[in-house]
Order: sequence, then structure tokens, then C-alpha cells
Amino acid sequence: MKDLKLVSIAGLMALLSTLFLAPILTSFTVHAAEKVEKAEKNTLATLRNHTEIMTQKKPNRMPKVINNDIKQVRNYPMQPPVIPHTIRSYEVNKNNNKCMSCHSRHRTEESQAPMVSVTHYMNRDGNFLAEISPRRYFCNQCHVAQLDAKPLVENTFIDMHSLMKQKTANTTEH
Amino acid sequence: MSINRREFIKANAVAAAAAVAGVSVPAIASNLITSSDITKLKWDKAPCRFCGTGCSVNVGVMDGKVVATHGDIKSPVNKGLNCVKGYFLSKIMYGKDRLTTPLLRMTNGKYDKEGEFTPISWDQAFDIMAEKAKAALKKDGPEAVGMFGSGQWTVQEGYAAVKLYKAGFRSNNIDPNARHCMASAVGGFMRTFGIDEPMGCYDDLEAADAFVLWGSNMAEMHPILWTRLTDRRLSAPHVKVAVLSTFEHRSFDLADNGMIFTPQTDLAILNYIAHYIISTGRVNKDFVNKHTNFRLGETDIGYGLRPEHPLEQKAKNNGKSKGSSTPIDFDEYAHFVSTYTVEYTAKLSGVPEHKLEALAELYADPKIKVTSFWTMGFNQHTRGVWANNLVYNIHLLTGKISTPGNSPFSLTGQPSACGTAREVGTFSHRLPADMVVTNPKHRAIAEKIWDLPEGTIPAKPGYHAVLQNRMLKDGKLNFYWVQCNNNMQAAANINEEAYPGYRNPKNFIVVSDPYPTVTAQAADLILPTAMWVEKEGVYGNAERRTQSWYQMVTAPTGAKSDMWQLVEFSKRFNIEDVWPEELIAKKPDVRGKTLFDVLYKDCDVGKYSLDEIPDDRLNDESRHFGFYIQKGLFEEYASFGRGHAHDLAPYDRYHKERGLRWPVVNGKETKWRFKEGSDPYVKPGSGWDFYGHKDGRAIIFALPYEPPAESPDDEYDLWLSTGRVLEHWHSGSMTQRVPELYKAMPDALVYMHPDDAKSRGMRRGDLVKLISRRGEVQTRVETRGRNKPPVGLVYMPWFDASRLVNKVTLDATDPLSKQTDYKKCAIKMVKV
Repeated sequence: MKDLKLVSIAGLMALLSTLFLAPILTSFTVHAAEKVEKAEKNTLATLRNHTEIMTQKKPNRMPKVINNDIKQVRNYPMQPPVIPHTIRSYEVNKNNNKCMSCHSRHRTEESQAPMVSVTHYMNRDGNFLAEISPRRYFCNQCHVAQLDAKPLVENTFIDMHSLMKQKTANTTEH
Repeated sequence: MSINRREFIKANAVAAAAAVAGVSVPAIASNLITSSDITKLKWDKAPCRFCGTGCSVNVGVMDGKVVATHGDIKSPVNKGLNCVKGYFLSKIMYGKDRLTTPLLRMTNGKYDKEGEFTPISWDQAFDIMAEKAKAALKKDGPEAVGMFGSGQWTVQEGYAAVKLYKAGFRSNNIDPNARHCMASAVGGFMRTFGIDEPMGCYDDLEAADAFVLWGSNMAEMHPILWTRLTDRRLSAPHVKVAVLSTFEHRSFDLADNGMIFTPQTDLAILNYIAHYIISTGRVNKDFVNKHTNFRLGETDIGYGLRPEHPLEQKAKNNGKSKGSSTPIDFDEYAHFVSTYTVEYTAKLSGVPEHKLEALAELYADPKIKVTSFWTMGFNQHTRGVWANNLVYNIHLLTGKISTPGNSPFSLTGQPSACGTAREVGTFSHRLPADMVVTNPKHRAIAEKIWDLPEGTIPAKPGYHAVLQNRMLKDGKLNFYWVQCNNNMQAAANINEEAYPGYRNPKNFIVVSDPYPTVTAQAADLILPTAMWVEKEGVYGNAERRTQSWYQMVTAPTGAKSDMWQLVEFSKRFNIEDVWPEELIAKKPDVRGKTLFDVLYKDCDVGKYSLDEIPDDRLNDESRHFGFYIQKGLFEEYASFGRGHAHDLAPYDRYHKERGLRWPVVNGKETKWRFKEGSDPYVKPGSGWDFYGHKDGRAIIFALPYEPPAESPDDEYDLWLSTGRVLEHWHSGSMTQRVPELYKAMPDALVYMHPDDAKSRGMRRGDLVKLISRRGEVQTRVETRGRNKPPVGLVYMPWFDASRLVNKVTLDATDPLSKQTDYKKCAIKMVKV
């Protein structure tokens, strides 16, 4: 149902743009259009929406925090997981740590949130403490929420799992 | 509590996840791959690519790709931790827009300053570069060629570049982007101690009873040092943390005494503390008598703007005398600082008296071991050298220096600002090991080590970073090579200075970078560059720790390291192209040789064989040149400092260690310099020995508060401060290409007080313009983010290539250090 709704909105948009936007577009002067075209050709400005240095495209709206609580695959086992929910007004200071009210060991049954990794109980020398190590106290130094923004540039990092799958496939073929 | 939200989510999450991702929930167990020849990763150590902390990371490689990174448990710096940027190092090399071929602006197959970027071969790239460099040298001499380098260069790259420019081209017009970040710190060290870099080390973090942050947001900019500071503060409850800044930021989360001061008044607060120490009778007289001198510094020294600027016309002492000083005694000094009473200072700075007193007491109380940290708040300051001098004053008055926990600690911004920019001396006035081009003895030492005729190195300092942009604009600097930085985004006043300079038709601009940066966009020729573990190198961090790494993966085809580019380019010059006949006549055996022969091959650099490289190691550069060039460059460079309090260990040892803190004497590193028992260079029986100065004494400077270059007025009614963020490294050219980091902090917003927004009819998320006398930039308003500025000040980070805040900033500099003040200029804001 969700999909159907999306399709129909897209269709409607297309229809609307044909009806209303076309006349506006043709009213562009030829010169301006050329200029835009030249700027668009500037494929080097990948982080700048392909604009010339002395110009600026209208900044996008502020994206919203992704708040769906869906775990993201980690790029490798040691990667700190990203935060799949909003952390607005979460206090983490020398008196309080709001994150630990769900993620600490003794709160996870109630919260059903993942417990912080065991490494977080280790001090600098690798010895386990009874409570989370103060060196891990400020969660947001490693864990960050994600905004609903589309990356400007694709990243071609390959997951080791994909490489292993390729290798096992190759081995089977031989 | 978030339980309610979670209950709601739990019911929906799984189904929603499956629907969004378009996958079904797996029902059967998957087959695990367990065979060790398939699951095995090759692990190796490397210093982190980002900040000056110098964490060590373990890098996991599979099939020629970096597939994982994590904090190195064996490293004393980070003991297994990384910050969020460090944890995502694995992905920085894999942005889809990596450059793989040189690109030249061309029209109809020919170079054209207004042409379109067109792929060419490396051979063609070096052809046009050599043609342009030779033309500039021929027309206007060595002053017409220049280079802008980096505190992110490896030690070897910086050394190769210094040699090429200062000896090869005989031009001192080489400067690093560290000029923007550490020049004032260097100036402070040289002036107070006569030798550069911190006396203490990170071990101070576990030993101090109090920490004072002066214009440093360590929580975001030095996250791993912040974890050590947090660890100390929270595990030892007697420890106190004081944080000073012109706006509230994340480091205030741990502050026992958080203070917001009016920009520039840090100078007054520092003098107030000195006055407090003296007036409460807590001067460490024995230490002061034995180990310090007092001097009165020159004042009214201008703001490092162009000479025709009204502020420079008005300044009395912005000429040669600006760094001078005259001897005074303790009583004269005490009288000088007595102006800075608590009442006066509180009024000037806006910090309440009781907070100032609590701060001063941390320094004055002889029982409290205190460590001061500072970074860009002090250094990016039109009186940055003064600010550095003034903080040393209060540590020297109390003798709280060079012992565990007692430490005035200048933090470094970049991974090798210390190792490369400062120690190698890639500044326009410097040579390796703290030597300077203006000193004939220093030039003679360099010429001897480099086996060059006397008079090769020019005596006049070259153009520094800000002057380079001005000289490009004025058409005096015509061949210009930028490596390993993004100065079109980073330099202040893009509109009036940087952009017109790069696009001046008289100039040919070369930019080497792994990615198409803003600077590359402004170039005439772009060179695709290998990065980080695609090459072998050495970095030096903020605590004098020198760390090396091996090449672990090959660079994308076509991309070459900065060092390869420098050395390969040197083959294009015969000595006759660059040296006058009278210089060649002094050393006739160089006749007919190339710069490659003279600077790199037929000298100490070229004497290490490829056999010394382990067979299982990549080393694309050495195998190309035919000798172990990284070792050769390092060893020749190290000969400058050995025996002169800058001793480095033999190169091979660094491959086995998690770094060593110099001076490394008899195989042992040095933790606290200038203190008997921990520094082998200290004269026995002296206790402390500030041997950078001939008399072994550090200098306490009397220097006043002076106003900033530009302050808000009726029209431009807001202070603008700029800076960095946790999730991005500098201009974001690497981290903006890591999706997780991009999505954590996609855009540079302007952080402002809700009342300031309201009084301008603005709300969170509104599109606004920041306008200064120089330019404007658009962004959106944030009123409830991590930074909470006071009324009257706004903060905007500079990482965002699409929102260039440096179109707005002012290129005022500290006249002593030539470092730009990015923290203070006047703007107005309007809704778009």
C-alpha cells in the first residue's frame, strides 16, 4: 500500500510539472541557461552541488534525524554502531548520562536496548571495572545519530564479507 | 525515560525494517565461512590520518583493500580507542570521485587558463609544470615560484619539498597550512623558551589535579585526549576542570568552572591570573630567581593586514621592531600586571569575579598540579604569540612546568604539524631542527648537510601563507603548487584575496589532492594523489611522538604520492636551469646534473638500498626510484637534530614502536623536557634548564590587552567565530565522503542564541545570509545544537565545501606569527 501511494504521488508530481513548470522554464533567458549548463558540467565540484566557487546554490532544508530504531549493518565488527534514534535533549555531562539509562547492563531488560559493548567496562590498562569506564563516558565521541541526508558522493568501500563470498565462490568453481 | 517510545518501536521495527529494505527476514541459518585462508586479515599499525593527537590505529587489509580499522591497544596515546572519525578511517580512501589522472584546463588541446579540465598523462603534466616554473624563474627569479604545503604531509614529503624549494629553486616561498593552525604556538615557544614544542607529554593527563582549557574544544577537536581527561576527572573526584571560551560547547559538559568571555579578553584574564599569583604572595621565588628573566614586549604592533589598510597605517610598531622587548625586573613586571585587577578584568571579559578567582586559585595554589590546554582559540588570534607567552608566564611564576601534571600544553591541530611543518621546518623562514634562514650559521649547517655551495639558501624569509595569496593576487607569485591541503576553502577572505589570486591570468596553479576539492576546482592543473596507507611515511604528534607506517595497499591507478610527485618533478630541472653560474662555479661537479641527482639521488637520501625493504612490503615509490627513499629522506633529515636536543631514533626502530617522543637519547625517549632527571640535555645540578636560551632561563613577558582587528558595530552587529566539528576533518574532503560521517553532520549551520534569532525574526531552520564587509554566505539557523553561543556571537564551522564561511572572514593575522585570526570578525545576518 505504501508503495502504491508513493507511485501515485510521483505520477501526480510529473503531471503537475508538465502543466505548470514548463512555461516557467521556457522563460529562462538563453544566456542564463548556458551558464547553468556550464556550471552543471563542472563535475569536479562534487561536494558543492556542481557550482562555481563564487556562487552558491540555495542550501537544502535541515534534514531530520533518522528515528526508526532499525539497526544498521556495521562496516566491520569494530565499528561503533550508529545511533538509530533521535538524541535531542539527551543530557550527557558530569552529573548525568541519559544514554546509560537504557544501554547500561542493568537497564537493558527494561529498555530492550542493546547493552554497551564489554570493552566499555575496561580501563586504560585493559582491566574490567564494575561500572562503565569513565574513558567511555561521552558516548557521542564515537556514536553518532544519522540525519536523513543523501550522501553527496558514493563510497566504494567493500565489506570484507563480500570479499570472502567472492573467494568462496571462486574456490567452489575450481 | 524513552521506554514508551521503545515499546512503540519494538512492535513496529522488524516489519518496518523488512519493508524499507525490501528484504525478507531470514528464516534459515546462514553458512559461516570459517576457513582461515579466507577469513584472514593482514593487520598493521599506522597513525590516524586526522588530528594532532596522533592515535595509533590497526589497519586490516584483505585482497588489497582496507576493510577495517580500530584503535591500537598497544598505543600509549589511545590504548585501543578511536573517535568517530578514526573508527571510519577504513572508508576515507574509497570516495567514488577519487582522482586518477592529471587534469589540465584546456581549450582545443592546449593549456588555457579559462579552459575546461581535460585528462592528460603524468608526462604532459610535468611538461607544462616545468615550462611554467622555468618561465617564472627566468622572468622574475626564485621569488616568482612558491608552494603551499601541509601539516598532513609526511615528514619525508615535507623534507623533500623544503629541499626542492629552498635548495633547488632557491626560493623560501614555501609555507604549510600549519601557518593557519600552529604558527602562534611556535612563536610563543621560540620567544619564551628559545626552542619549539611542548615540554610535557600526554602522561600529564593522568597526573594533573586540575585542567584549564583556553579556547580549546577538546571534546570535539581532540576527542581521545578528551577521553583521557574525562577518565581522570571522573575517576579522581578531587580533579577540577575549568573551560574558557567565547561560546559554550561540548567541553563545558565536564566543566566545574565554565567561563564565557568577550573575544580577545583572554589576554586580560591571563594577566589577571599573574597579578593574582603575585598579590596573594604565591610566586615560586626560588624557581623564578633561578630560571626566568623578565622582559617588556613591544606593543601596538598592528594586525598583519595589507600595509595600506587603515589599521596598519595607524599602528605605531608594526615594522621590524614588533617582536622586540627590553629587560625589566620582577617589580616592574608586578607593577605592569597590577592593572589587571579582578574588577577590571571581570568588567572587560564579562566573566564574573568569583569565577575568575576560582580559576586563578588553580594556578596559585602550590598544592594543585595544573595542566593548561589550548589550541586555535589562542593560536588563531591577532595576539596569538602574546597569548602563548602569557600562559607560560603563569606556569613559570609558580614553577608549575616540566613535572608530571604541571604542564602548559599547546595542542596541535594536524597529524604532523609538529613532525613535518615545525620539526622539518617547512615554513617560509625556517630550516630543520628549529633553525631559520635569516641566521647565516643555520644556513651554513643546512648547506653542509645538503652538500651545497655556500650561498645556495636565500637569507630572506619567503612569502608566508597569507602573503602568498596576496602575492598571487598582485601577480608577483606566478608558479604555485598546493599539496595536501584545501586552502581555497581554508584561507580567510576568499572573495578579496584567495580566489582572485588563483584565477589571476599571470599565475599557474597546481593542486595535488586525492579528491576534487574547492582548491582543485580553482586550479589550472590537478594532480591525482595517493593518500595515507597507500604510501609509507612518518608523522609527529603534539607530544613529540614520531610514528611511522608502511604502505599497506596500492593507490588507485594513476594516483601518486606527494613525495613521488616532488621527486619525479625534480628530474625536469638541470642545475643550470635553476642556479646562477657563480653558484655552480663554487661546486662544478653538479654541472650537467638534474635536481633529482643533486637533491635526492647522489647524496645521503639515495644511499639506502631496496634490500632494506622487507620483501612482503609494498613500497611503490622506492621501487620506482630504485632506493629506499623514505629511509634516506628521514635519516638525512634526522642528522639535523641529532646531538642538538632534537634527536630521533634510527628509522628502522620506528617501524617496531608505537612511536617515540624526542629527544631520543641512548635509545630512550624523553617525557618531560627541561627538567633534570627526565631530560638528558639538562645541565646536572640545575634542577630545571631552559636550554633553548643560552642562559638556560625562560622569559616572562609583560604584554598588555589590545583590542581585536574588527569588533561588532551598529551595522555589523555580531561576532563571528569559525572552527571545526567532531565528525569532520578540517575541510571535510575525506570525511564528507564517508556516508556515516556525512549523515552525522551533513551541513555547516550557523549556531546562534535563540534571542539573537528572535530579535532578527529568525527561527531554527531558516535560510539566512551571513554578511561581512568582504562577502557573504548562506546557511540555516541552529538555535539548539551542540554549540550555545551567548547573545552577540554566532559560530559557523568551515568544513562545508558548499557553504564557504571563509568568504566572510577577515585575513587579519598576528603580526608576529602571521597566523590568521579565524575566531573574530564582525558580521550581520539577514533572512533570505
